[in-house]
Amino acid sequence: MIERIVYNLLQVVVVVAFAPLVEGVTSRLKEIIQSKRGPSIFQPYRDIWKLLHKDEIVSEHSSWIFRATPYVAFAAPVFVALLIPVLTRYPLFFAFMGDMLGVGFVFALAGFFACLAAADTANPYGPMGASRTRMVGFLAEPVFIMVFFTISFVAGSTIPYIVQTQWVTPIANFFEPSHILLLMAFLMLILAEDGRIPVDSPSGQFELAMIDRSKSLEYSGRGAALMKWAGAMKFFVLIIVFLNVLVTPWGLAQGRDIGSVLLAIPLVLLKVFGFVLLLVYIESSLAKLRLFRITEFIGAAFVISVVAVITRLSEI
Amino acid sequence: MAGTPVLSALDALTGALFLLTALGVVATRQVLASLQLFIAQSLLLTLSAVLLGIARGSIHLFAVAAITIATKTLLIPWLLRYTVSAEVYRTREIERVLNIPSSLLIAAVLIVLAYVVANPLLGVVEVPFAQINLPLGIAAMFLGAFTIAVRREAVPQLLGLLAVENGVFFAGIAIVPNLPVIAELAAAVDVPVVALVVGMLTRRIHARLGTTAVGQLASLREQ
Repeated sequence: MIERIVYNLLQVVVVVAFAPLVEGVTSRLKEIIQSKRGPSIFQPYRDIWKLLHKDEIVSEHSSWIFRATPYVAFAAPVFVALLIPVLTRYPLFFAFMGDMLGVGFVFALAGFFACLAAADTANPYGPMGASRTRMVGFLAEPVFIMVFFTISFVAGSTIPYIVQTQWVTPIANFFEPSHILLLMAFLMLILAEDGRIPVDSPSGQFELAMIDRSKSLEYSGRGAALMKWAGAMKFFVLIIVFLNVLVTPWGLAQGRDIGSVLLAIPLVLLKVFGFVLLLVYIESSLAKLRLFRITEFIGAAFVISVVAVITRLSEI
Repeated sequence: MAGTPVLSALDALTGALFLLTALGVVATRQVLASLQLFIAQSLLLTLSAVLLGIARGSIHLFAVAAITIATKTLLIPWLLRYTVSAEVYRTREIERVLNIPSSLLIAAVLIVLAYVVANPLLGVVEVPFAQINLPLGIAAMFLGAFTIAVRREAVPQLLGLLAVENGVFFAGIAIVPNLPVIAELAAAVDVPVVALVVGMLTRRIHARLGTTAVGQLASLREQ
């Protein structure tokens, strides 16, 4: 009992501690591919540290939403880390508090607050980015629903711990067409939801073209640090959900002793870095889509997920 | 027949990717990308034929695989690259009959339809793998035909036709225990000729009009 709570909190610590590292590695790899040296992989930590020690300026016309949003955005991935398998294959203390739809709802809450906060300060770029995020969001929603529908249909559950073992018992399940199609659809969703390159450029500095990043433009000091950290954690948690729940549970701790749980940390990070390599490849080989082409991108993801449902239905 | 579950799982995976490439041929804008997708689709067809060949110990299916790889991944792409000028491949197709999201949705409906059509047939053919290959092959056929309907450029339309052909073979290798090699040989001779003729025609059209948007060539013009 006690160990399960401890491991569960350890998962949160891992997410909070290593999320900036994953972001640093991603940006470093991207720079290397572009024949540049790039910043150190620890740069996000330094940025967060620096921002935490700076003064915070809040517009006097803004309401409590603007002040509360960094905390909500920071709490959401922390809360999600309690629910999903980050390190262990077996359910931990809070695992049955919410399923994968719950994860979706928690992220939706954080996204909702971020959009309100962007509109709150009346900075012209904030509401624009917020409305664009909503556009991407409501296009992505049906795909999410289809993906979760298929997953729960295949595994008979939406609890991530039950879903993850479904794909590898027996191993032939891994090669199911519906599984592979789901992976494709969910990968496209991660790209859309996190503002990665075919949808949005994460390193773009041009406000008129921003979708995701322009929402936190108004923050400074501690708020900016929390928003940046929260963005890194959301990215990390999405990757973890993708890798540990949808792809495979390989590398996760099976044993109940502390040693195997600690060993799972480097293994999971290795998996995440492998995925980051793929992501960097995708980001470096594609161009950003124009705003109205995003419907095509997400439409393709939707059709892929529908095909996954159909192939699954026809097999039974 | 040892290892059949693994083979059929691999075949299912091949089939899923096969269907994805068919969707890609419907949806991509760049002409070159749809040619590459067609090559990938032919490779997947080859892979499926090899898997079925291993599962059934049939030498015919290996012949099918060899012929597919020779004609569809090497000869036809080379012919199309050689006859049609490079300018065509650089262009993006701006004008389509339908925009991409709606054509993708129709494609999804077509895939459902393919499963509906294939379902009664599956009761008749009691061959392993037909469960996977038949509906996916029919779906690829429909998507190829839909590509021809929805596209307005000559080369993507031809690729749609070739995708129909791929779909036919994908379904065909599964429902017949031993596909006669003569059928595949006939296709091996026939299809490159089609590709050559369309390629030459496209080259002429492009040289004359500076475009290959054959969808616009709707009316005759008096000299």
